[in-house]
Amino acid sequence: MQVELNGKPTETKASTLAELIEVEGFEAPCVATAVDGVFVPKATRDKVTLTEGIRVEVLSPMQGG
Amino acid sequence: MFYGVELGSRLMLGTAQYPSPAVLAKAMEVSGTEVITVSLRREGSGGSAFRDLIAGSGCRILPNTAGCHTAKEAITTAHMAREVFGTNWIKLEVIGHADTLQPDPFALVEAARVLCADGFEVFPYTTDDLIVGEKLLDAGCQVLMPWGAPIGSGQGLRNSAALKTMRAHFAGVPLVVDAGIGAPSQAAQAMEMGFDAVLLNTAVAKAVDPVAMARAFGMAVSAGRLAHDAGLMPARDMAAASTPIFGMAELA
Repeated sequence: MQVELNGKPTETKASTLAELIEVEGFEAPCVATAVDGVFVPKATRDKVTLTEGIRVEVLSPMQGG
Repeated sequence: MFYGVELGSRLMLGTAQYPSPAVLAKAMEVSGTEVITVSLRREGSGGSAFRDLIAGSGCRILPNTAGCHTAKEAITTAHMAREVFGTNWIKLEVIGHADTLQPDPFALVEAARVLCADGFEVFPYTTDDLIVGEKLLDAGCQVLMPWGAPIGSGQGLRNSAALKTMRAHFAGVPLVVDAGIGAPSQAAQAMEMGFDAVLLNTAVAKAVDPVAMARAFGMAVSAGRLAHDAGLMPARDMAAASTPIFGMAELA
């Protein structure tokens, strides 16, 4: 299945958001996630089922003003 | 007091655009700041090093919603920030115009209402408009952050009369001049006018020597606050001799 991960089309075998975070090598405790523009709390990542073309954002603390 | 937090330093410092992480760390240290702003982005290189750097600073974190153009984007970003940074504080930016980076006051108030109701402690980046300020307080904000000038422009307090009016109108409300400050004298001016703090980034990060400039801003903010508390003399249109006339010799 292909999902859009941080703006890039990504082929994945993961079935949930939690699995995607894992297989893509993100540090799960240090990132925040949103799916199709909606915040997904850490505790519910394993309950979000990925579907074709779903838009996933995985964000980290960065510099800001 | 910002949502019940008393700060020793009234300078809030942004963490972007520094020449290196080492310079940023040193600038934070010498400025004396206790509050730093950060963002959430798709992770590039050096992400974990930045996390360590901000944790090591000992500063309170004020995450922003920079770059958001709608209330919905800003609300989602705020929720993500709350989880990652473990704070209810959020610097709420909803940008209305690409060139001026002027806030969209309508979307700002809308987002502020939703976030305040959800337990966030919102620091709204706003204009010097009094009515927008009132609406933000009605929405639950306990701090207002009017701009001095467009973000990154370094123009200082472009409409100081409006900021003065705002200070008088919102007596007792913590007010922070956020954005547009380019020189320590401008930060001191805001503090002399009675603003509770200033928030700046580019003026330090883009200085030739950011560490020295961070120190200069820390001193200017302290001096301005001290001057405000000391009570400034009223300005006059005419001269008033400071040396006594009494006892003067007749030498003509």
